[in-house]
Amino acid sequence: MTINVSGEAAIAGVANTEFSKNSGVSELELASVAVRDAIADAGLKPSDVDGMTTFTLDNTDEIEIARAVGIGDLTFYSRVPHGGGAATGLVHQAVMAVATGMAEVVVCYRALNGRSGHRYSSGVAGPLLTSDAIHWGWYTPYGLMTPASWVAMYTQRYMHLAENVQDAMFEIAHVQRQYAAKNPAAFFYQRPFDRADYDASRPIVSPFKMLDCCMETDGGSAVVVTTAERAKDLKHPAVIVKGVAQAAAADMESMTSFYRPEIARIPSMDIAAKMAYEQSGLCADDIDAAVIYDAFTPIVLWQLESWGFCDLLEAPKFVLDGALRSDGRLPTNTHGGQLSEAYIHGVNGVVEATRLVRGQSVNQPAKEVNNVLVTSGVGVPTGGALLGRSD
Amino acid sequence: MSESLVSRIKPVLGLDNKWWWDQAAEGVLAIQRCQGCQSLRHPPRPMCDQCQSQEWDFISASGKGTVCSFTVLHHPKFPGYDYPLIIVLVELAEGTRITSQLTGCEPDEVDFDMPVEMVMQRDADGFQLPYFRPSQ
Repeated sequence: MTINVSGEAAIAGVANTEFSKNSGVSELELASVAVRDAIADAGLKPSDVDGMTTFTLDNTDEIEIARAVGIGDLTFYSRVPHGGGAATGLVHQAVMAVATGMAEVVVCYRALNGRSGHRYSSGVAGPLLTSDAIHWGWYTPYGLMTPASWVAMYTQRYMHLAENVQDAMFEIAHVQRQYAAKNPAAFFYQRPFDRADYDASRPIVSPFKMLDCCMETDGGSAVVVTTAERAKDLKHPAVIVKGVAQAAAADMESMTSFYRPEIARIPSMDIAAKMAYEQSGLCADDIDAAVIYDAFTPIVLWQLESWGFCDLLEAPKFVLDGALRSDGRLPTNTHGGQLSEAYIHGVNGVVEATRLVRGQSVNQPAKEVNNVLVTSGVGVPTGGALLGRSD
Repeated sequence: MSESLVSRIKPVLGLDNKWWWDQAAEGVLAIQRCQGCQSLRHPPRPMCDQCQSQEWDFISASGKGTVCSFTVLHHPKFPGYDYPLIIVLVELAEGTRITSQLTGCEPDEVDFDMPVEMVMQRDADGFQLPYFRPSQ
């Protein structure tokens, strides 16, 4: 028997903590605040929760948060690997749990002291002998050890094949900072910038300037998933999960899939897009707005191609036509994205996508928003979800 | 390099990769070869993804290749490395790819499909690893 999960589950509550460079509190406290506030946003009580999902990367145990927040008996808990690749994976796990009756109310969370604690830009190294440690050993001896440097290898190749890529990268950085300038929760609140600032910003790894990169953050985000039926009677209109998928395409390495015939694209996201569209019965034309994982500007381009908003190598043109702007074809990363709101490994993106469907984004587009795409981090096994209003 | 007191990060060595680094220490750029179907693969893995054989040996690569992609690293700067640092993805003449450093070349001179050749780098602490330089 095949179950189509489309329409079976809904996002009923969302929350972010304050975003900062130094939270001054433990990751357990950040996670507990995000989880508590997401449950309250749903109009539920902690004791209603019976499932939890997070990243394998997350340092805080589910049961520690459950004790702190007053969540009772848990019958479902699950973790998704590969850093930001887990962002919509948390929803994927929760949807499967509620669609099969393993749990009724699942809280998805991610919280980290990503700036004052361990910084992901500090590189990867370690003494543990695992298949992953051996994998990194092909790169770290050469100095290739930060997320920016790995993504740059795909980007240079893409620049070789497509046109106007650097201009499109600026457009992405610029549009998102303009959104963030109006978002009081964002790091770049009231801090717009122009092309001259971009061109003058510090080189990180070619072709990335500092303003092409996300902002390491202390903070947390949480999302409550429950059955579509139960979500009907809660505080906010239900945000239905119409499609959700995870994928790791063949010949994958974590961040360094340099051995496929063509490296200037994201085959894992192609698969996730196909699955999510098939589940939902939606196509690219049905998607009104998007939250696209943006650890670095160019990764937005490849995902636009994966989800069929434009043809291969045509994303720079799509972006330069103004598509991502508030009045464009696909308003994208309206919270400012991870480039300029905060970098909670994409879970703040799930929060924003939910708000867009509810009509509550701080930069809500003027047009009607019925269906919103949200994606996970790429370069790693990834995924995406299609959220929308109930019919 | 000589003025650098801190050495580069070393690979963690295990059953699946130590043999390759031992070859590099001997001056050989090795490519793993399946003994079942003769296909070549890099980075090394304990099983052939084409025929699932666990039997393998290796060949010594010619060291000739072309630049498939690259990046120039500026920031952050890790101890043990000289910046700006040019990282290249090299497509070897044998058909496999390897990630390495490009030496003897200015950052603005790197280009796609540029012919390169392997040159073995020996650090002050004796560690060896293959670099590439523009073909002479």
